[in-house]
Amino acid sequence: MKHAIGDAVVITKRQLLQLARVPELLVFSTIQPVMFVLLFRYVFGGSIDSGQPGGYVQLLMPGIFVQTVAFTLASTAIGLAEDMKKGLIDRFRSLPISRGAVIFGRTFGDALLNILVLAVMAGAGFAVGWRPTSGFVQISLGFLFLFMFGYALSWIGILVGLSVKEARTVQSVGFLVTFPLTFLSNAFAPTTGMPKALQYFAEWNPVSTMVAACRQLFGLKNEFGATANSWPSQHPLETSLLYMVVLMVIFIPLSIRKYKNYSN
Amino acid sequence: MKSVIAEHLVKTYRNGEVKALNDLSLDVEEGTVLGVLGPNGAGKTTTVRILATLLKPDSGSATVAGIDVIKHPDKVREQIGLSGQYAAVDETLTGWDNLVMFGRLYHLGRQSSIDRANELLERFDLTEAAKRPIKTYSGGMRRRLDLAASLIVKPKILFLDEPTTGLDPRGRQDMWQVIQELVKGGVTLLLTTQYLEEADQLADEIAVIDRGTVIARGTSDALKKQVGGERLEITVEPADLAKANEIVAKISGHATHVDHRTVSAPVLHGSKDLMDALRAMDDAKIHPLDIGLKRPSLDDVFLSLTGHVAEETVEEPAAKKKRGGKK
Repeated sequence: MKHAIGDAVVITKRQLLQLARVPELLVFSTIQPVMFVLLFRYVFGGSIDSGQPGGYVQLLMPGIFVQTVAFTLASTAIGLAEDMKKGLIDRFRSLPISRGAVIFGRTFGDALLNILVLAVMAGAGFAVGWRPTSGFVQISLGFLFLFMFGYALSWIGILVGLSVKEARTVQSVGFLVTFPLTFLSNAFAPTTGMPKALQYFAEWNPVSTMVAACRQLFGLKNEFGATANSWPSQHPLETSLLYMVVLMVIFIPLSIRKYKNYSN
Repeated sequence: MKSVIAEHLVKTYRNGEVKALNDLSLDVEEGTVLGVLGPNGAGKTTTVRILATLLKPDSGSATVAGIDVIKHPDKVREQIGLSGQYAAVDETLTGWDNLVMFGRLYHLGRQSSIDRANELLERFDLTEAAKRPIKTYSGGMRRRLDLAASLIVKPKILFLDEPTTGLDPRGRQDMWQVIQELVKGGVTLLLTTQYLEEADQLADEIAVIDRGTVIARGTSDALKKQVGGERLEITVEPADLAKANEIVAKISGHATHVDHRTVSAPVLHGSKDLMDALRAMDDAKIHPLDIGLKRPSLDDVFLSLTGHVAEETVEEPAAKKKRGGKK
């Protein structure tokens, strides 16, 4: 166990080294979120009346940040599934290293990548008019929330990756989960236009609470329709934090157990 | 002393539907090479995975270097090197990156990891390719790098799962040479293969497995004697078949096998017997359409040991390519 952290760091470094050896990987991980920023900003931005000073882009950026970190679920799962398919996980498992090191290392690596992606997106957002108004501490806290949310979802990704095993299936499953979650939320459009049932779903959707939390931390007022005054709409920070803790408490032990037994 | 002992291993998949191992027992004497010979799906990979602590058997026991693989897998992992059928290295990284990473995971210091990586790259003739991503390597180079990765801490016991499957003849020769050098260095090796020739070249002893159990075991010579070693094979016009059969029977001293226009029988003295046969044919004024010595293949071993040809009992090779398919 004394090597556990060192082992995990080696695995994390491996992921960073991959980015250095194949810089295209980095380009592709950042190009999609930047593209989303531009598309939503200029395609929908003109026709959505946000009622916010500074325009739609102020509401949009927290939404896109959350959507992007939510995709960590899929990218963690895909990376792990590919390593398993190539036999790399078998090789790691035949080494005298701590059992959790490989999956902890992967979640750290994906988290570090998220920092980079968030930074690039923030730059792109700034370029198209995004101006958070709340102040340094609040904004930093917002990014800390985003970072942690991505990290928590990464652990679901570990379990999905270990369970599904085939990278292409993992990709489909990942998108099947993350697309509805990110769109059935307040991320891109106010929930007030949705049918009532969906509004209630969106209210409790962790993506919504995260988006609402970030908007609050970036100095914006969030819009709530039928669910105004409900607990999650009143306490987006607390709800989001609770979600993250619950996800990690459930999925970290499950993933470690699955990893230990996966080939049996 | 036995370095590897497996006793009565049983492993089933899909809730008992597929029996991968069915009471398999084997052992490897310290400093020797055991070749585990069998067709796809016979249980070779499952055996290796259990011994290398990647898989737990349903029942049975195994020790490696005297350590129980089920009770103390971590201690076993410190003693072994494993190199599988498909190169289990990070393909986006360079060969050097991979070896240094594995060195770190074996808890060598940074400088020691680098030194060891350079040493292994040199030894396996990969220095030139050291800074290239593995993706650009040939099959033989990948396999050598994979083997190098399993040798980082100079393990006393090495498991090689079909080290030459899928390699071209040149790659196979290179790999054999590398393995032979390792064996000279005193490593205990358990090697699985589908090729009798490979087991013959590399192994001190061979265990033939079929449907999850060992069906024969002995030195290569003993096994070949049992199979009949080389076979003399003559193909003639139908009219000459009876006479050819007589000649082959006389030289061989064993029962002949006649198939269409081809007569064959086991022989002991290879080329001398072939020359005798040619002379006898010439004397009898028979012109063979084809004549030659045939080395026994895995199929022949199986035919003589089991009475059936080697079947792929569990999974097709195509399914095995998916790494997940063989767990």
